[in-house]
Amino acid sequence: MIRPQNSVIVDLAVRIMAPMIQIFAFYVIFHGHYSPGGGFQGGALLAASILLQRVVLGRRRSARSFPPRLAIPFGAVGIAIFAGTGLWPLVTGGNVLQYDYLPLGLSPVFLRNTGILLVEIGIAFAVLGTLVSIYDDLSNFQRKER
Amino acid sequence: MITYVAYTLMILGTALLLVGALGLLRLPDFYCRTHAATKPDTFGLVLILLGLGIYDGLTLTTVKMLVIILFVFLANPTSSHALGRAAILRGLTPWTASDRKDGR
Repeated sequence: MIRPQNSVIVDLAVRIMAPMIQIFAFYVIFHGHYSPGGGFQGGALLAASILLQRVVLGRRRSARSFPPRLAIPFGAVGIAIFAGTGLWPLVTGGNVLQYDYLPLGLSPVFLRNTGILLVEIGIAFAVLGTLVSIYDDLSNFQRKER
Repeated sequence: MITYVAYTLMILGTALLLVGALGLLRLPDFYCRTHAATKPDTFGLVLILLGLGIYDGLTLTTVKMLVIILFVFLANPTSSHALGRAAILRGLTPWTASDRKDGR
């Protein structure tokens, strides 16, 4: 069973480190088409920050920052974003994942450049939800301690 | 001149990492080994990154190295503290001189 560690040092360090990890995760996601990184890595970092809080801060306090019932919806929304970005150009007359056919009202050049960002955000959401839900299921996070 | 400062820092960091690895192999106990595995590693990594940053001059990469140094200074002692605390709360007794096998 997961218990809080009751150590002030670890508690405080995790409370400082988790937002840093999340900021770096967003950097990795949004910088993914210029440098190494991308949706999967950013999502894994986001999930790592959540799981760090789960392990150290305990059930009740980490559920305040990311409730366990949100994990599955996050994964579903991520997959929906990915599939929608992939399949919507088919409706408007392009190929799968042809970003300049996305009906966003922006110029095709800009869309072709930054359309991959939508896919990466979707992947990050899916990875975050999946990893957190795997951890919660394996550690009986949702069940009441008795 | 600056280059030699950078070289000195990097060599010092590498020597600290070597000492840490030796201690990890040679020391008798869990507590001594975590001590040898975390403390020289932290400072050795910081020294190597500082040397690389001085070698490189003030660029974006150097700023990233400074952020890494900050993060390592925060994370590495905390993790070793958590390790030692968990071990002592579980009842692992530290090694003393009376635990010597051959009485050297």
